[in-house]
Amino acid sequence: MARIIVVTSGKGGVGKTTSSAAISMGLALRGHKTVVIDFDVGLRNLDLIMGCERRVVYDLVNVINGEATLNQALIKDKRCSELFILPASQTRDKDALSIEGVGKILEDLAKDFEYIVCDSPAGIERGATMAMYFADDAIVVTNPEVSSVRDSDRMLGILASKSRRAETAEEPIREYLLLTRYNPERVEQGEMLSVEDVQEILSLQLLGVVPESKAILNASNSGTPVILDTDSDAGQAYSDIVARYLGEDKPQRFIVKEKQGLFKKLFGGK
Amino acid sequence: MSLLDYFRSRKTNTASVAKQRLQILVAHERASRNQPSYLPKMQQELLAVIRKYVHVDEEAISISFEQNGNEETLELNIVFPDEMRAG
Ligand SMILES: Nc1ncnc2c1ncn2[C@@H]1O[C@H](COP(=O)(O)OP(=O)(O)OP(=O)(O)O)[C@@H](O)[C@H]1O
Ligand SMILES: [Mg+2]
Repeated sequence: MARIIVVTSGKGGVGKTTSSAAISMGLALRGHKTVVIDFDVGLRNLDLIMGCERRVVYDLVNVINGEATLNQALIKDKRCSELFILPASQTRDKDALSIEGVGKILEDLAKDFEYIVCDSPAGIERGATMAMYFADDAIVVTNPEVSSVRDSDRMLGILASKSRRAETAEEPIREYLLLTRYNPERVEQGEMLSVEDVQEILSLQLLGVVPESKAILNASNSGTPVILDTDSDAGQAYSDIVARYLGEDKPQRFIVKEKQGLFKKLFGGK
Repeated sequence: MSLLDYFRSRKTNTASVAKQRLQILVAHERASRNQPSYLPKMQQELLAVIRKYVHVDEEAISISFEQNGNEETLELNIVFPDEMRAG
């Protein structure tokens, strides 16, 4: 049985696509056949982050409309043979995604794949609700910032009431917190919500913390999911996240400031 | 306490302000999320009925809805003006 994972946030620009790319690559690298689907109809970007933008021929909406088969639309990743990408279309038609259409595609993919990662668009419009509806697991991507935390909580509300699992009264969606763009230094200075604060407010199981990192821009510049940058802090953070998702016990990292500078030593610290 | 901490503590800790605000907001939004959609209208209509008999403010009436498993409770709270209680 495939597991459908939605990567969601409500608020835009918090790191959903970055996380979807990294997590799907991470699952595939561990030998799990994985497909990552871009649900951001009209504003596709996952192809660019995955570095396959020039290989897009057909997209999600083409498949829904019967204009292409799944096999024609799926792009096989060049770095990892277990990973496939299903791009979003650039159509401006908001109703292009139907619940039946999406349901059918997911059902077909579930026969072939172990993990189906759905990169949700921002907001609570159709694309976002479609990406969430069929989910088994939800990764709620949050920044340590008030509007992001509030929107994450709203998404939890929608997951709990308007998803397939909610409607059929099955076991509820498993929800995880992924806190990203974290800056331990600012947390220490009382300028940023801490991971404990966010966890306490949302009461979610913490999948991991991704630090604010230069590696992310480098990765997106070159179209390489950051998890492949194994020397980078963000790459390692995402590796841990994948491991924890798969049930491994990894202690949390990147939540305290690593080095103590000379200044701090001189004036004493905690 | 180090010298650095001293200077830090003089600044307001904005993160704790953020946390407090979020806790209140999230609790409020969670409570109203589970409410049936007729609740605001019902509140208005109840208010109109009560106002036929007692002069109360809009804020004097509050309705809360709670769900515990299969049990749903609707709590109606009306604060009567002071002069009424005295009389
Ligand atoms: N940990 C991080 N450190 C630094 N920059 C980051 C980090 N995570 C994401 N970013 C940057 O934030 C921006 C938004 O990221 P991304 O596109 O993944 O967000 P999104 O949630 O998918 O956005 P949208 O809601 O528009 O789909 C990008 O420029 C990305 O490089
Ligand atoms: Mg995105």
